[in-house]
Amino acid sequence: MAWIFDSNAPIFKQIVDTISLKIIKGDYKTGQKLDSVRDLAVEAGVNPNTMQRALVSVEEMGLLETKRGDGRYITENTEIISKLKEDYIRKNTADFIKKMSEFGFSTPEIISFIEKTNINL
Amino acid sequence: MDKILECKSLTKNYKGNMALSNVNLSIGKGKIVGLLGPNGSGKTTFLKIGAGLLTPTFGDIAIGGNFIGVETKKIVSYLPDHNFLTPSMTVEGMVTYFEDFYTDFSREKAESMLNALDIDKKAKIKTLSKGTQEKVELILVMSRKAELYLLDEPISGVDPATRDYILRTILSSFDGNATIIISTHLINDIEQILSDVIFINHGDIVLCDTADNIRSNTGKSIDAYFREVFRC
Repeated sequence: MAWIFDSNAPIFKQIVDTISLKIIKGDYKTGQKLDSVRDLAVEAGVNPNTMQRALVSVEEMGLLETKRGDGRYITENTEIISKLKEDYIRKNTADFIKKMSEFGFSTPEIISFIEKTNINL
Repeated sequence: MDKILECKSLTKNYKGNMALSNVNLSIGKGKIVGLLGPNGSGKTTFLKIGAGLLTPTFGDIAIGGNFIGVETKKIVSYLPDHNFLTPSMTVEGMVTYFEDFYTDFSREKAESMLNALDIDKKAKIKTLSKGTQEKVELILVMSRKAELYLLDEPISGVDPATRDYILRTILSSFDGNATIIISTHLINDIEQILSDVIFINHGDIVLCDTADNIRSNTGKSIDAYFREVFRC
């Protein structure tokens, strides 16, 4: 099974997150046609009806657009994508700072750690 | 009508042994339901009643709005927990046999799945390994365009890689309007594809809910929650 899920948490939300992230990260390009519900369900290893519900939810976020009779496309509205990307980065940074502050570090200390840390990406 | 299977006070006694006791269930269309329980909990008995192989001692069961009979057998595709292939026949022969027997059987679908799984159609059943025989059985059962699939331990005898194959086979031949009930105790391997879960123990339904509800309510996987509920 290609998609890895945490089986301790609801799968539906994880599918929504996986698809949104693929769009935000650019794995799915703007304007690109999305695979059919069935193909995505088989790829992810989940019930097609669960996949269908997840796609509707991603669509409601504005990341997908349905063209009648021709399936779903990734939105070409890059504003929405940038906004969600910003939300995502802000949330993850906040989580990181919160975690570090539990060790008793102040924000300036955390920033200096970040500056001193070399990660080869 | 959005329910495919409904039963009321369904009870099965084997000479004083209660295999199912007063089961009330209602299963909607489009679900992939895991029927989970320890050995001897009543899983196979329940599926056999649905397939029309056993008659209940007491209570009612309806599939697609009909009591068990010719009409329900037309729309129910059942995979037994034991080998049902004829050893002397070829794979192709079994396909033809199914094609003759069931009007909703798609030879094209069966052949494409046999090809995808690299199974020799000319081979005699008795020359195939146990795992391959299980694959052939599942292909035959899933090549029907049924409304309800009852799969009794479809992944028990095969290696983990083949299990993934089989789960993909189940998913790719599932059309979204049909319903699948899978009995198993290999929960970890299949819990991802399940939309709904039934826990059964000593013939009683202990729990019946969506898989995601169980995960949100308990913070646990279905597998972990099963181990907790059925701790020995």
